[in-house]
Amino acid sequence: MTTLSLPFEHLTTLENFGHSLKAQSYLYKPTNVAQMMEVFKTAKQNGLTVTLRGAGRSYNDAALNGGGIVMDIQDMNRIVSWNPESGLVTCEPGVTLQKLWQHILPDGWWPPVVSGTMMTTLGGCLGMNIHGKNNFKLGTIGEHVVEFKALLPTGAEVTCSPNLNGDLFHAMISGMGMLGVFTSITLQMKRIHSGLLNVRAWNVPNLETHVQELFDNAPVNDYTVGWLDSTAGGKGLGRGQLHTAKYIHEGEDPEPKKTMQVAYQTLPSTMFGFFPKSVIHYFMAPFMINPGVWLVNTAKYFAGMKDKTYPQSHAAFHFLLDYVPNWELAYGRGGLIQYQSFIPKETVVEAWREILTLTQKRGLPSYLGVTKRHRPDKFLLSHAVDGFSLALDFKVTRGNRARLASMLQELDQIVLEAGGRFYFAKNSETTPETAKRYLGKETVERFKTLKKRTDPNNLLESDLYRRVFGSL
Amino acid sequence: MADPRPAHQTPLKTHPRAILIGASSGIGAALARKLTNEGWIVALVGRRADLLDSLCAEINTRHGETRALAFTHDVTDHASAPALFTQMVKSLGGLDALIYNAGVLLKVKLDEFDAQKDLEMTNINYLGALAWLNPAAAYFQGLKSGQIVGIGSVAGDRGRVAAPAYNASKAALHTYLEALRNRLTRHRISVLTVKPGFVATDMIKDNPRTPMVISAEQAAEGIYKAMRARKQVAYVPAQWALIMQVIRHIPSVIFRRLTF
Ligand SMILES: Cc1cc2nc3c(=O)[nH]c(=O)nc-3n(C[C@H](O)[C@H](O)[C@H](O)COP(=O)(O)OP(=O)(O)OC[C@H]3O[C@@H](n4cnc5c(N)ncnc54)[C@H](O)[C@@H]3O)c2cc1C
Ligand SMILES: NC(=O)c1ccc[n+]([C@@H]2O[C@H](COP(=O)([O-])OP(=O)(O)OC[C@H]3O[C@@H](n4cnc5c(N)ncnc54)[C@H](OP(=O)(O)O)[C@@H]3O)[C@@H](O)[C@H]2O)c1
Repeated sequence: MTTLSLPFEHLTTLENFGHSLKAQSYLYKPTNVAQMMEVFKTAKQNGLTVTLRGAGRSYNDAALNGGGIVMDIQDMNRIVSWNPESGLVTCEPGVTLQKLWQHILPDGWWPPVVSGTMMTTLGGCLGMNIHGKNNFKLGTIGEHVVEFKALLPTGAEVTCSPNLNGDLFHAMISGMGMLGVFTSITLQMKRIHSGLLNVRAWNVPNLETHVQELFDNAPVNDYTVGWLDSTAGGKGLGRGQLHTAKYIHEGEDPEPKKTMQVAYQTLPSTMFGFFPKSVIHYFMAPFMINPGVWLVNTAKYFAGMKDKTYPQSHAAFHFLLDYVPNWELAYGRGGLIQYQSFIPKETVVEAWREILTLTQKRGLPSYLGVTKRHRPDKFLLSHAVDGFSLALDFKVTRGNRARLASMLQELDQIVLEAGGRFYFAKNSETTPETAKRYLGKETVERFKTLKKRTDPNNLLESDLYRRVFGSL
Repeated sequence: MADPRPAHQTPLKTHPRAILIGASSGIGAALARKLTNEGWIVALVGRRADLLDSLCAEINTRHGETRALAFTHDVTDHASAPALFTQMVKSLGGLDALIYNAGVLLKVKLDEFDAQKDLEMTNINYLGALAWLNPAAAYFQGLKSGQIVGIGSVAGDRGRVAAPAYNASKAALHTYLEALRNRLTRHRISVLTVKPGFVATDMIKDNPRTPMVISAEQAAEGIYKAMRARKQVAYVPAQWALIMQVIRHIPSVIFRRLTF
């Protein structure tokens, strides 16, 4: 008689990004496709489910599977082929954006779409179909996938491209790892002519201007992102700072070979001159109480008063947060959650006004508001709209859980009324009813039909999937 | 009826989870109500499926979501414990505590010697515990967290004329739990031995001589408090600690003349 049906050496407690969730799982780290098949076999034999996990950078329960198996694909991280002439790269799913850009930049290329952190894996990025600060111009990462290979839980292996198995292609990308495992991913990279971007930063005094300037700037810049002071009320509601960036054209950078070196891209290892960056999160903690946040936001607003233009490296522009390791620890023991909504351009001003006013009225303003301009895409579980997104970070404490939970349900209603959508990589409190409303019944049905085809035994499940799709 | 899947864990809605063995009546049923009232999600185990189902329905209706799941199982079926354990943890989405509460007290007359009864009590009260505490210990050791609770009894502190095998089964459980505690504390796992006094349940309803009886609800409160405090040994109610201290010191010449 055995004591446990699975070896307890595999047991571990995993967290979401933001440390607000914990889930106990049997963790497997395959290094090849044959081992992946073994994991599915083990799951089937023991009546357990499998969740795929990349770097675990999703803010919610997307890569968690309490009581089941987690298949971590980070050890499958080889860049299989790279063609510096064509910019085509083929990678195993565990390759991170960091490994990718560092590999291709010296040849004059950059990933067309990146997230705000470079720790994410390509498998995870396709699973959520991530967007960057250039979503309006270049779409999501899925639009740059030339082809991928995937292992289905049945043991079958499939190759998909926009034209080959197109329905699976458009559903697995954005499919939250619920249809199969990407085992090999071929992407088209973007040619660049300098390791620097021309960045402009300026202040916007209120909500209307904030939205208008995002709208005007997104088409004429390569990257556009806003930072919104979610603590400012009254006339200053929606004020913030916009950042745009433009690629530097061929010939404009006198030393492209130098600026495209990896070493040139990285920030110094001390920030603010003195503190080693590894301990900065500790000093940030006091600012995470409400009056502190207000102070920091106000200070940042005035510091940016002057319209500034300056060159900045790609890495510094995109991944600034990565240079404050563990910044999320500043949110304390309860961790943080992110609430990101995507709202059509026609209704966005009113919806944002309601959202910001409500968070202030409830005494639960966010610490950081990030705004972006988006365009719709063809992927099945798409989060994008022809409009704008607002991402709000909230600190979770023992005392605010219930209040925060009910406020987020109110916010969901505002977003739904405005015709908006949510993001399965971020939102942790989306209910099945909300998901059904913004995705539409037909989309949910199509996804479930595809899942029956690729995963007839329902071996792939995550806490996120059970929570949102379990009862749909 | 609420959703058949247990309530989901989100950052804003956290649920500790427990397996409760011997939950269909008495102290176990009261503890199931207490834990779910405190936000826990529980897997309830026992042989009487009808009682478990109605208890789950009552709990889930009260909370408007699934907080209790029923699993019909006889703890003397040792071989099926490991697989059932894995399935329960899967259904719960993880595990924070396992409580072994299954127990029987079979009436043995003063001049009666019945191996069958003694074996049955040992099988349920002690051997069944071995079948369930081992997977729990291995699981929690793998995670470096968790809590194991065994419901012993003040009856395990001495061997009395009225209940030899019952006394011995509880004493064995106490000693086993102590050893488990010594092994697992280093892995940050709490092992709690609960020793209730008399509790008004079916178990003692035919027993005329029961001092200081408390209700099953009071017993559940005491057990939950000891769990929260991560105690090692807890008498419920606490006065029994003193009483048993005295009783343990009654010399054998006197104790063997007593008839309780
Ligand atoms: C600081 C920060 C900034 C961020 N900025 C952005 C941003 O700007 N834009 C944006 O879109 N997102 C952003 N995100 C979210 C992040 O990009 C996504 O959550 C991304 O999916 C994380 O990748 P990962 O490797 O950590 O995947 P995980 O979080 O581990 O997994 C994500 C999903 O992919 C699935 N998956 C993983 N591997 C595979 C595979 N091999 N095959 C199939 N499915 C798989 C998982 O099951 C899961 O559903 C940010 C996150 C952080 C922490
Ligand atoms: N009542 C007291 O005064 C007192 C005092 C000290 C200690 N205790 C201990 O407290 C615990 C609970 O007893 P109680 O007073 O609440 O009595 P109870 O109402 O009879 O409860 C006993 C529980 O154990 C379960 N059980 C018994 N045999 C089982 C088996 N073979 N497989 C699975 N489950 C089994 C029963 O479920 P099924 O019958 O449905 O299987 C029932 O849920 C026992 O361990 C008892 O020894 C009681």
